[in-house]
Amino acid sequence: MKMLEVKQLGVRYGTLDVVKDVSFSVEEGEWLMIAGPNGAGKSTVVSAVSQSVDSTGTVLFCGKDVRSYKPQELARHIGVLSQNHAVNYAFMVREVVGLGRYAYSRGLFAGRSDTDEKAVEEALALTGLQDLAQQSVLKLSGGELQRVFLAQIFAQDPDLLILDEPTNHLDLLYQKQVFSLIEAWRKKPGRAVISVVHDLSLALAYGTQALLMDQGQTVAAGPVKDVLTADRLSSVYGMDVKDWMQGLLRQWEGL
Amino acid sequence: MGRTGKKTESFTPLAYVLFAAVMLAVFVLCVSVGSVSVPFTETVSLIAGAIRGMQAPATSAASIILSSRLPRVICVALTGAALSVCGAAMQGLLKNPLADGSTLGVSSGASLGAVIAIAFGITFPALPFAGTMVMAMIFAFASIVIILSLAYKLDYSLSTNSIILIGVIYSMFVSSLLSLILTFSHDKLHNITFWTMGSLAGTSYRNALVLLAALVICGGILLHLHRELNAFAVGEDNARHIGVNVRRVRLTVLIAVSALIGVCVSIGGCIGFVGLVTPHIVRMITGPNHAKLLPASLFGGASFLMLCDLAARMIANPLQLPIGVVTSLIGAVLFIVIFYRSRRVSS
Repeated sequence: MKMLEVKQLGVRYGTLDVVKDVSFSVEEGEWLMIAGPNGAGKSTVVSAVSQSVDSTGTVLFCGKDVRSYKPQELARHIGVLSQNHAVNYAFMVREVVGLGRYAYSRGLFAGRSDTDEKAVEEALALTGLQDLAQQSVLKLSGGELQRVFLAQIFAQDPDLLILDEPTNHLDLLYQKQVFSLIEAWRKKPGRAVISVVHDLSLALAYGTQALLMDQGQTVAAGPVKDVLTADRLSSVYGMDVKDWMQGLLRQWEGL
Repeated sequence: MGRTGKKTESFTPLAYVLFAAVMLAVFVLCVSVGSVSVPFTETVSLIAGAIRGMQAPATSAASIILSSRLPRVICVALTGAALSVCGAAMQGLLKNPLADGSTLGVSSGASLGAVIAIAFGITFPALPFAGTMVMAMIFAFASIVIILSLAYKLDYSLSTNSIILIGVIYSMFVSSLLSLILTFSHDKLHNITFWTMGSLAGTSYRNALVLLAALVICGGILLHLHRELNAFAVGEDNARHIGVNVRRVRLTVLIAVSALIGVCVSIGGCIGFVGLVTPHIVRMITGPNHAKLLPASLFGGASFLMLCDLAARMIANPLQLPIGVVTSLIGAVLFIVIFYRSRRVSS
């Protein structure tokens, strides 16, 4: 069964069609990479799927329109990692990660349960943040902050992860760690991932499916190796992408 | 899922007892000290006797304490608590440390509503005694909606600078409208001036009861939304992603805040900066978690405004300064310090 099905998605800002007639689907166990040049509408697509912006078309999660889900219920199924995290207040890392359990809170004076505490601890451990748990988020680097919000999503424990540039601000070690973490997370039953990526090598290495976009529209969708072909990428990016990538790799020869 | 062993992020009962003790000490101080000072023990025994329903002694001290100072200080404490909890909630909701009824122009808007009600004798058929109060509440809510809508048009992310800029412009616009009304309402000059400067002199037990009811209802709603306000304080998008019903929470907070500010303004006039300064000071002690910040702001705001009122009564004794003048003097200086600090951090 399709976990997420998007049909004829459209987003309009004023008179500008930012996303037009985009359709794709994600099944359990898949990792869909959304790729394309700047301004292609990649982030807008994930914003529309996660209900952050108004859109036309249909977005179905497990066959049910996402608009018909209550916010807490939807958050138990879909977790979203945004691109920017500007925090103004000195919340502790543990507090921000703990917010991921909001979707499971009930009642007027509900506190955090043992299950919530365990989920937060596991998320902190998974992202290597235990030592920073009591640290103010204002004192963290961009990469550490990105890991905090990733930990929040792990604590949220959804079925579908939607990640907008998940390795934004991360150095190479953490890029590798984050992708490995998400890869391990995805392989558990009943889970799938959608991520917006600029790094096409990462898309090819970790993605199972791809959606290539340009100027708000779908260029191609399907298995990652069928979509991100050299000819198609050259056409979309206006340059010989494969040649440039291989040229970069050759710089490593002899080192 | 097992849901045993609930843990809350709020204060322990002992902490609440300590806060209450400090606030009560300030309360007794402010009731005792004034142009005629009364010993603390006599003040406490007079208040205790009044609570037990005993006949008050026919002394001037009893008359001053029970008829004048006690209702005034109770109103001051409740107003301080209400404005502070409103400021803390707005700062969380908008993720903006400079948001407050006065900086956003909401208090000015509420004043305009109250002044229009006085100048034009507006009353409501169902609430003939509460024309100014209802108008203040309506104008407070309308002001929040206008300011946030204009700021939203200017800057989708509702950044600090946009909101403050629109708030300042809106306050200036409201001030000119107030001046205009004043020009044509010479006979009500004194009443109208009172609303623009803020004063709780002459307030009654009935005023205190109204303030208490508003604080229990609206403050209770805000305290109940502490987790949602934490989520908003981290970021509205993040709040939406973790499952907060952002539209409903935003509307609920705005209605609760404007109702509370409206009631405060209709009774005490425009008392600026309390809602800005108190949450900032409290946040330095408790951190930004609203489970602690909101209740601590209630106690802190009550104590802060009681001390400001004491200063207003004592600085130019026997002349009494409007309390709004004292809070604005202190608040404006702190506001500048906070603004410069936040700019330094963001750059």
